[in-house]
Amino acid sequence: MTSTIEPQVGAARKRKEDARLITGRTRWTDNIALPGMLHLAILRSPHASARIASIDVSAAKRRPGVVDVFSGADVRDIQGSLPCAWPVTEDIVHPVRPPLADGYVRHHGEAVAVVVARDRSAAIDALEDIEVEYEPLAPVLDLRAAYEDTGLVHPDKGTNKSYTWVFDSADAGTGSSVSDAAAEVTINRQYVQQRLIPAFMEPRSVVVDPGMGEYTIWSATQIPHILRVFYALLTGVPEHKIRVIAPDVGGGFGGKLQVTPEEMIAFLAAQRVGKPVKYTETRSDTMLSAHHGRDQLQDITLTATRDGTLTGIHVKLIANMGAYLGLVGPGVPILGAFMYNAIYKVPAYRFECVGVFTNTTITDAYRGAGRPEATYAIERAMDELAVELGMDPIELRRKNWIKAEEFPYTTVCGLVYDSGDYDAATDKALELFGYAELRAEQERRRASGDPVQLGLGVSTYTEMCGLAPSRILGALRYAAGGWESASVRVLPTGKVEVVTGTSPHGQGHVTAWSQIVADELGVAFEDVEVLHGDTRTSHKGLDTYGSRSLAVGGVALVEACRKVRDKARVIAAHMLECSPDDLEFTGGAFRVRGTPDAARTVADAAFAVFAAHDLPDGVEASLDADATFDPQTFSFPHGTHLCATEVDTETGHVRIRSYVAVDDVGRVVNPLIVEGQVHGGVAQGIAQALHEEAVYDAGGTLLTGSFVEYTIPSAADLPTIVSDRTETPATSNPLGVKGVGEAGAIAATPAVVNAIVDALRPYGVNDVPMPCTPERVWRAVKRGGVA
Amino acid sequence: MIPVAFDYVRPSTVDEAVAALAADEDAKVLAGGQSLLPVLRLRLAAPTVLVDLGAVPGLTGVRLDGGDLVVGAMTTHAEVAADPLVREYAPLLAVAAGTVGDRQVRHRGTLGGSLAHADPAADLPAVAAALDAVYEVQGPSGRRTIPAADFAVDLFTTALAPDEVVVGVRVPAAAGWATHYEKFHRTAQAWAIVGVAVAVQRSNGTIGEARVALTNMGPVPHRARDVEAALAGAPATADAVAAACSSVAVGTDPVDDLSASADYRRELARVLTTRAVCRALGV
Repeated sequence: MTSTIEPQVGAARKRKEDARLITGRTRWTDNIALPGMLHLAILRSPHASARIASIDVSAAKRRPGVVDVFSGADVRDIQGSLPCAWPVTEDIVHPVRPPLADGYVRHHGEAVAVVVARDRSAAIDALEDIEVEYEPLAPVLDLRAAYEDTGLVHPDKGTNKSYTWVFDSADAGTGSSVSDAAAEVTINRQYVQQRLIPAFMEPRSVVVDPGMGEYTIWSATQIPHILRVFYALLTGVPEHKIRVIAPDVGGGFGGKLQVTPEEMIAFLAAQRVGKPVKYTETRSDTMLSAHHGRDQLQDITLTATRDGTLTGIHVKLIANMGAYLGLVGPGVPILGAFMYNAIYKVPAYRFECVGVFTNTTITDAYRGAGRPEATYAIERAMDELAVELGMDPIELRRKNWIKAEEFPYTTVCGLVYDSGDYDAATDKALELFGYAELRAEQERRRASGDPVQLGLGVSTYTEMCGLAPSRILGALRYAAGGWESASVRVLPTGKVEVVTGTSPHGQGHVTAWSQIVADELGVAFEDVEVLHGDTRTSHKGLDTYGSRSLAVGGVALVEACRKVRDKARVIAAHMLECSPDDLEFTGGAFRVRGTPDAARTVADAAFAVFAAHDLPDGVEASLDADATFDPQTFSFPHGTHLCATEVDTETGHVRIRSYVAVDDVGRVVNPLIVEGQVHGGVAQGIAQALHEEAVYDAGGTLLTGSFVEYTIPSAADLPTIVSDRTETPATSNPLGVKGVGEAGAIAATPAVVNAIVDALRPYGVNDVPMPCTPERVWRAVKRGGVA
Repeated sequence: MIPVAFDYVRPSTVDEAVAALAADEDAKVLAGGQSLLPVLRLRLAAPTVLVDLGAVPGLTGVRLDGGDLVVGAMTTHAEVAADPLVREYAPLLAVAAGTVGDRQVRHRGTLGGSLAHADPAADLPAVAAALDAVYEVQGPSGRRTIPAADFAVDLFTTALAPDEVVVGVRVPAAAGWATHYEKFHRTAQAWAIVGVAVAVQRSNGTIGEARVALTNMGPVPHRARDVEAALAGAPATADAVAAACSSVAVGTDPVDDLSASADYRRELARVLTTRAVCRALGV
């Protein structure tokens, strides 16, 4: 039997999972209904900072349908402290973070008390009968004031500074000192990375079934495996008695990369009442209590020679941690530390970051996590340098970037960029964009004094993906590793089950993994099933974040497939009565060299293994394999994004006239998925540039508590995105892939703001703070300078 | 969130609806629910009973009555926007109704519901003011009319008694006017930061009568009568329009909030009114 199968990797296959995800005919955590299940409602602090003088839950307990009501004091001895897995320095200040506030509340929305009731309405209604007496304290809200220790979030710590993390290329031996850098031209700028709120479509939800001491937990999480480990560490329940399931999960963007108070509270409630419980948050809860992203003050200095050669980059960062440390929150700006030099050859680099507490919701990973912030600062500052030097912003970049023939290239941070071609991506983008024509139109509008000015913005970005080499994570004091695992089992009829340690929540792993397996094993795309997100079936994994799934998990899958194929080759050779060395795997089957009609497929081998009547000596009766892949290095996608904005100088309105994204994500498994990731990422990047900002008032109350105030763009607000690719395969993994999950969100923000500022240069404007709302743009024009 | 528990009645006549409202001072009319339901879900209000007008016959649709266009209070925004009579005799209303909320909101939300809610950021109250609309309302003692100019008295507060419902909106049929609704918002689904409703007559290069009303420039729609007077008789040129509109923000009282400051709104009102009139005139 022979079969010839079209290559699947590279094909724009429609996503297998979409029918059920789009129609909703699937299992989300909130769909789960267990016999006897009770429902939770959580009372949240209305204050940013207060001492809890007393809590009286007695009236709430008496309400109909209420089973239990408890507060932090009731679980003081067992609730523990929520984890931070990335204490970036040895002397990091890491305050206790109880799931339920105990004695003090330190941000608006912090969980204070819990109602367990027979239905959700009864639970929510009972919240109104919980009497809490607060003694409000002066909150610490302004990040710079917090940095100066003007008022303390945690008085017992004596400081608001959690950590100071420094990288200096002179100390690291990867470059020289910024203080020695030739500085014929110096650009110093301050940028504010505003606070964002991840707007995943499915609110977070958790169900805990305490069973008979064997806990089953469903959670709308990105990290079922990591969550299981922390449940074991925090609750004392043995790990093998805990099963965590992330059923279909509706988006995350990093916002579900967390061990949440609500997950621990649900566990405590289930333990107390001995019955399954469910907590599903409202969107208002999400806005208040799910972790936020960004929120950094950046100070960047570029030095260069008059001819435009970069000589040094010096970055000082203040990063808002919020009231406590999140799971990887302290590490987010550190991920950015390696990206300020971007694609440029620069001999000297220094980075200083201070993590600071304020009385706000914690910050943590949000699409790009540190890398968008870094890319924004360097790409904005490069435009300022170009203006200072009178150079075209693209020519300045071209002068400084690493050339295709210089790869592999060791950066001033000590990272080895394995591959890339910045000229190719940029040239393609410029052509698609019509750069010269747009510049000419810009000149015409300037000359005629058109109230609507045209601006062109560029962003030539790279990012470090494929998180991550475990030894590097260890060196950076991250608690876990960065490997990923995959198992492949071929069933007797030739169908294939894959178990992956990645945990997709919208990315399309089921489809992409099926394509990979189809090519590796010569089976049909439809004949592959991908199992994920359940620690009982997928016992080993490190989940999905940081554009890691394909570049790490996909490679583990390839390795597992190749182990299976190697074994199948031995069996096929036995069946064909030849030596394994005489076989080549081609056209989906093992064929005898020179006699291609003599062939056996992996499916043939699978049935032979199942029957086990005639296996070669020493061959086990199974056709399955596991692999764990730990990358030796990161992967480095890159690209060039170009944006043209029409800026109405009379109203401040910004219209994105055209947007071109040329990305190099290495080898592409599924162009449809890549395109979707680029479009979604660009939308989120535009959203940071133009629309989104979490705002607290002077008392620490979150003002952007719903989508009325927190303005996320819809399709009607977004431009047509012209996307294309160049393809420089990664040399660091056998798939040649680099990752694409964060690229758009990293590239788009500076491209858009650069375009707005470019439009307004004739008005003396050299910055507009994000989000560039119409009013801010209008004020910048009016003021005729830095807004 | 989940609203506080409430009773729900679905009357089949306006009289029954009025009786239900009269029977309970904490009753609230449900007329599409696109503003009310979010308010309930956020627990910003807790009415004891919702009186759903959705099953009352005769409250939907558009008809001509003498020289007036009459739009049923329960006619949805989508229906208003698409209605041929509205498009012919009150094109400003049709255009503005097409900008309300998003597609789903426009298919659920109703003209009467929006007007009675009296949100200063809502588009249609200013349009009704510009068109000299008259609201037909019914209460326990029968029907009466309230001119649009007298309807909104403050933020979310109207001249409507608690046991009255809006049953229809009467607009003088005015074919041949040039109109435009200029809506300025942060995102496509957001409320107007400022909106400008304009209807002008034009003859031989001169502006005849003009109507200008502003959305969200104060607690109630702002009818810019000084601008109207300045426009009347002015040449239909961009410069003349700009001059006539320059003081449109005088007498307005816009809020400072997250989406915009008051001084920015005043400046927007000037720019947008000028543009709206020019757009209507095609100059």
